Amino acid sequence: MSQFNPLEAFNLPIVYWQIIWAGIIVAFVTVFALFAVYLERKISAYAQDRMGPMETGGWQGWAQTIADALKLLLKEDIIPELADRRLFKLAPYIVFAGSLGVMAVIPFGVNLIGTDLNIGLYFILALSSTVVIGILMAGWASNNKWALYGAMRSAAQMVSYEIPIGLSLMLPVLLTGSLSMIDITNAQKSGILADGYFWNWYIFRVPPFTLIAFILYFWASLAETNRTPFDIPEAESELVSGYHTEYTGIRFAMFFLAEYANMFIVAAIASVVFLGGPLAPAPWLNWIPGPIWMLLKSLVLVFIQMWLRWTLPRVRVDQLMHICWKIFLPLALVNFIVIATLVVLWQK
Amino acid sequence: MPLQEIEIPLGIRTPNTDGIVGEAMVLNMGPQHPSTHGVLRIELHTDGEVVFEAIPHLGYLHRCFEKICEGLPYNQIVPYTDRLDYLASMNMNLGYVLAVEKLMNIEVGERVQRLRVVMAELNRIASHLVALGTFGLDIGATTPFLYCFRDREKILDLFEKACGARLLYNYIWIGGLARDVDENWINECIEFLDYFEPKIKEYNDLLSFNKIFIERTANIGVLPPEVAIAYGCTGPTLRASGVKWDLRKDEPYSGYEKYDFNICVGEGEKGTIGDCWDRYWVRVLEMVESVKIVRQALDNIPQEDISAKIPKNFNKMPVGDVYFRTETPRGEIGFYIMSDGTKTPYRIKVRSPAFCNLSVLPVLARDQLIADLVAIVGSIDIVLGEVDR
Repeated sequence: MSQFNPLEAFNLPIVYWQIIWAGIIVAFVTVFALFAVYLERKISAYAQDRMGPMETGGWQGWAQTIADALKLLLKEDIIPELADRRLFKLAPYIVFAGSLGVMAVIPFGVNLIGTDLNIGLYFILALSSTVVIGILMAGWASNNKWALYGAMRSAAQMVSYEIPIGLSLMLPVLLTGSLSMIDITNAQKSGILADGYFWNWYIFRVPPFTLIAFILYFWASLAETNRTPFDIPEAESELVSGYHTEYTGIRFAMFFLAEYANMFIVAAIASVVFLGGPLAPAPWLNWIPGPIWMLLKSLVLVFIQMWLRWTLPRVRVDQLMHICWKIFLPLALVNFIVIATLVVLWQK
Repeated sequence: MPLQEIEIPLGIRTPNTDGIVGEAMVLNMGPQHPSTHGVLRIELHTDGEVVFEAIPHLGYLHRCFEKICEGLPYNQIVPYTDRLDYLASMNMNLGYVLAVEKLMNIEVGERVQRLRVVMAELNRIASHLVALGTFGLDIGATTPFLYCFRDREKILDLFEKACGARLLYNYIWIGGLARDVDENWINECIEFLDYFEPKIKEYNDLLSFNKIFIERTANIGVLPPEVAIAYGCTGPTLRASGVKWDLRKDEPYSGYEKYDFNICVGEGEKGTIGDCWDRYWVRVLEMVESVKIVRQALDNIPQEDISAKIPKNFNKMPVGDVYFRTETPRGEIGFYIMSDGTKTPYRIKVRSPAFCNLSVLPVLARDQLIADLVAIVGSIDIVLGEVDR
C-alpha cells in the first residue's frame, strides 16, 4: 500500500491529479480542523477535571464542533465602521491560503503528494511566511488598538522564529542533499544500521544534533503557530484576542481554521522531516499504509501541542524574543554548522 | 528585564529621538476586558508595549451602598454587605455585624464566635482560590483556574448546606447566626479540610513553581513596604511586602486570639520582596493557615443557642459612632457607623480594602510592559463590587 502511486494507478495527467488533490486537501483541512477543535476541547476538559462537550450529537458530544461551525457560518458578518474594508475582508483569505498552500507539498504516502517540488521545504518556509502579511493586514485593518498590538507582536514573533525553524529544517536537507519532501522521506528508509527501522529516521540519525534540531523545531513551531506558551499574539488576558478581535462569523472561522490547519502542518512537517513521515517504524509493520503512519505521527505531535497549551502559562513578549535570539538561534546555528561540517567531511 | 528609566511626561509625547517625535498611544483597558477582574477601566498611556502611566477609572459598579444603608434598619443591611465583596460575603457580613455589635454592646456566645470564624476562614480559602485561579489565567495558565474552582465548589457546597446560598450568604446576623449547623456538617467540613490540604501541593506543582510562571511574576510590580503603607494597602498585598500586619493577630476579634496560626509575609523567595510572586505566594500560605484555624475552631465546639442574642428590634439604638475593622481576604474592611438613635443608621462609611489596594496601581504600573500590568492587576486581587460599592 505504501508503494501505491496514484499517477500510475489511474493513468491521469498530472494536472487532474493536482486538482483532485487540492480538493482532498481542502476537505481534509476542514475536517481536521473540526476534529482538532473537538480534540482540543476534550483534552482541555480532561486536563482540567471536566467532561467537555457531552450533549450535542449524542456520544461524547461528537457533533459539538460541527454545530459551532454551522453557527459561525450563520452569524452576522460585522465589519467595524472605521475599518479598512478591503484589507479587512482580504486578510482571512491570505492567512488561510498561506496555510493551505503548504499542504500541497506534504507527502501522505511515499508517492501520495500534491506535487513533489524539488524545492519542497523551501516552498513551505516561503509560503508560511506570507501568513504574517495576512495577520498584519487583519490587525491594521481592524482599526482596533488591541488588534494592532496582536498583529505587531505576531509579526515580530513569526519573523523571528522562522530563523531557528529554517536552520533546524536545514539539517535533514543537508543530510539528504535535496529539498524535495519525497527525497527526504525516502532517505530515511536506509542508513548505517539495518534498513527500514525507526533508527534511520532523521531524529535518531546523528545523535544528538538531529534530536536537538527536532526539539528546537517543535518549540519554535509552537511560536510560529501562536500556541501556548508562545500564544502572545492572541494572549486572551492581555489583548482580548489579538489580531482577530474584530472578526465575526465566517471570517473569524477562517482564522480559526487556519490556526488549526497550521497546527497540523507544523506537526506534519516535523513528522516528514524528522520522523520518517509515512514510513513504518519497523519492516514487519509495512502492511499498515503510509498515510496512517503519517497521520498517527502528526496527531501525536498535535496532541503534545495541546497538552502543552493546557499545562503551561504564557511567556512575555521580551522573554519570547530572548528565547528566540539568545537560546534557539545560537543552538540552531551551532547545530547547523556541526552537521554541515560532518556532511562535507563524510562526502570527502 | 531592565525597563526604560526615562521620565516621560504624562500622556503627551515621547522624547524626541533622532528627530522623530513619537506620540504616546492612549489605550483603553476595560471595562470589557478579560483581565480587569470585573468592570475596572484602566487608561493606559503606552509607548509600544511599555506602559508609562496607568490611570484606573472606577464607578462602573457603583450601587450607592452607603446611601441605601441610611434608609434601612440595621439588620436589613446585612444582605447588602454580601454584595460588597461577593467573593468573600461571610467576611463582609462579619465586619458589619461586629461593628453593629460593638455599637449595641452585644457579646455573642462561644459557638457563634467559633462558627463565625469557621465561615470567615472557609470563605477566605474560597476567595484566595479565586485569586490564585484568576491570577494564573492572567498569566495564561488556564488549567489551575479550573482546579481552584473545583475545590472552591466544595466550600460553596458547605455554605449551601449551612445557609442555603452559594454566593451571597446573609448568614452572620447581628447577635448571632441565621441558622445553626449540625454535627453532620462539621464532619463534612473536616472531611473537606482533609481533602483540601494535599491539593495545595497540586497548585504548587502546576503553577507556583512553574519556571515560566516564576519568570513572569518574580521581580515584577515590586511594592516596597513604605509605599504599601503610604497608600494604605492591607491584606496579602501589604504582607507580601514584608510587613507583619494582620488584624486577626494585632487586633483580635471573634476569638481569633485563641487560635494558633502564623502571619504569612513575603520573603522575596523567587525575586524581590513585594513582587507579584510574593503576593501570590502569601495567598497560598494563608490558605494553609486558614485550614489550621478552621480545624482549631471546630475542635470541641460547644453546643448552645445561636440566636439567643439576636435583638428583637432596632428601635432603641445607642446614640454615637463606632468604627470596627476586620481582616478580609483582601485586607482591612472598616465599617464606620453613625447612629442617631433611630432604627436606621445616620451614616455608614466603608473603608474598602480593594479600593485602597487598587490606588497603588498607578505606582506599580509605571514603566511596565502591558503583559506585566495584567499580572500586577491580577496580583492585587481586586473585587470591583467592593471597590465601587
